[in-house]
Amino acid sequence: TLRLICTTAAVQRKNVGASGPEKYTEAFIKKQIEEFNLGKRHLANMMGEDPETFTQEDIDRAIAYLFPSGLFDKQARPMMKHPTEVFPEQRKIQWGEDGRPFHFLFYTGKQSYYSLMHETYEKFLNVQKHQDQLTAQDLPLQKEKRNLAGSRWLTKIELEEMLLEKLSDDDYSRFIQLLEKLVALPYADMEENYIQKFSKEVPVQLQKVVIEPLQYDEQGVAFSTGEGKRKTARATAVVYDNGTGKITVNGTDILHYFPVLQDREQLLFPFQFLGRIGKHDMVCTVSGGGRSAQAGAIRLASAKALRSFVTEQEVEFMRQAGLLTVDPRVKERKKPGQEGPRRKFTWKKR
Amino acid sequence: DDKLLTEPLSHPDFFSVKELFTLKDLFDARVHLGHKRGCRHRFMEPYIFGCRLDQDIIDLDQTMQHLQLALNFTAHVAYRGGIILFVSRRRQFCHLVESTARACGEYAHTRYWQGGLLTNAHIQFGPGVRLPDLLVFLSTLSNAFEPHVAVRDAAKMNIPTVGVVDTNCNPCLITYPIPGNDDSPAAVELYCKLFRMTIIRAKDKRRQSEAVEELR
Repeated sequence: TLRLICTTAAVQRKNVGASGPEKYTEAFIKKQIEEFNLGKRHLANMMGEDPETFTQEDIDRAIAYLFPSGLFDKQARPMMKHPTEVFPEQRKIQWGEDGRPFHFLFYTGKQSYYSLMHETYEKFLNVQKHQDQLTAQDLPLQKEKRNLAGSRWLTKIELEEMLLEKLSDDDYSRFIQLLEKLVALPYADMEENYIQKFSKEVPVQLQKVVIEPLQYDEQGVAFSTGEGKRKTARATAVVYDNGTGKITVNGTDILHYFPVLQDREQLLFPFQFLGRIGKHDMVCTVSGGGRSAQAGAIRLASAKALRSFVTEQEVEFMRQAGLLTVDPRVKERKKPGQEGPRRKFTWKKR
Repeated sequence: DDKLLTEPLSHPDFFSVKELFTLKDLFDARVHLGHKRGCRHRFMEPYIFGCRLDQDIIDLDQTMQHLQLALNFTAHVAYRGGIILFVSRRRQFCHLVESTARACGEYAHTRYWQGGLLTNAHIQFGPGVRLPDLLVFLSTLSNAFEPHVAVRDAAKMNIPTVGVVDTNCNPCLITYPIPGNDDSPAAVELYCKLFRMTIIRAKDKRRQSEAVEELR
């Protein structure tokens, strides 16, 4: 360590906050692991259970039982975890007993990132050398394109997790550029294994919504179910074929459940749109929300159920009419300093 | 143990560094070629042999002497188990320098130099870091044709430096300057080969001496 000459006592006092987090040696971590295993067996003995089959969940339960704590923050309560979870990986000391660091790029500061760049560049040079050899022998260059559509590179956060080091956006973009250059070379297939470590497959997402087929009950009547929601209301509707236009909500008729005309109009809108007013029966259950919210939820549920009875073109018409879209509007929260979501307090001149 | 450390110091060329290179090798690797006359640094004038068609030619006799001193010094540092850090900010040779360092078992830094690496090491790396005992510059200039920050920092931290100085570099703060070309790939490959051979030789000699001591 450095010894300063001709300075004040204030400067020589150790600045605790300035130095980074504490570093741990390998030997220290090993000792902690041994102590943890011994402690686990003692704990199992105390609880009267088998020391061999004592899992982490058992440890957590035992500690919660032996040291009950009413603290709100779960991480402030006493816990007994494996040392590898308690002491993070990157904080281990990176040099040996004689002081020589283990990694040859230690003095750069970002050793894992720069060693990754070094390796990738080495693969790049190998591929170029191979290519030059083949051009010297006058062999044709094969251009086999990799499947670019179904793969993506690792994100910055995933790369940080892999390297256990913080990266800047600039570093990350440079690494991706280098990978792109490597992939663009004709004979990049040689290093396929290496490249696959940094690419992930993106599953092709199905855009189409699957319309369920009709189900048939005991009498042979076709029916289908649908679910819908609006604000806090949740509804399920079962629409039967060969019906008379009877609609039952939570066991009661709609005239009794929805006295207001507007709500009944909402319920009938899908049927009226498709021109099937007197042709279907409906039984629905609804909970939560208010009067209008329940009506909107049942409307959505019935529209979803009717998709199975109807052609694809009519489904598209329903979608464009907005019958199949979940209404995203919910109650806006109240903000501090205001009386309501938008209403401000009364302004007084004095 | 004392004998191991004091014995090499009695010979002027304990590791026989002179036989690693000849004047012809330096000439073939185009080490004598400098930059144009307009780029010439005032303090490099003693090392320049002359100027041909506006291009400076470096005096290879002086280069031989300086190179021998520098390689001897690196060999002694490696013999005593010192940490050697290769520094170069040239993008073309970054990979070569890093591979050389790895082959020797020493360390390299050919990337962006963060300000407090040497001067603020205890906070950047942690308490108890060991700083490099020797800095070897394959090119003293940074990407912006200015003197590399590490030259000044090493002088501040009392770390000896060995550096290849071209005709546009400032040789003042470097303990063992080697006037020579730092731009041609052939020259840089020659330097890397020489440093690698000296360090490996010194380490082998150390291991042999230790084995001989243990047998006694």
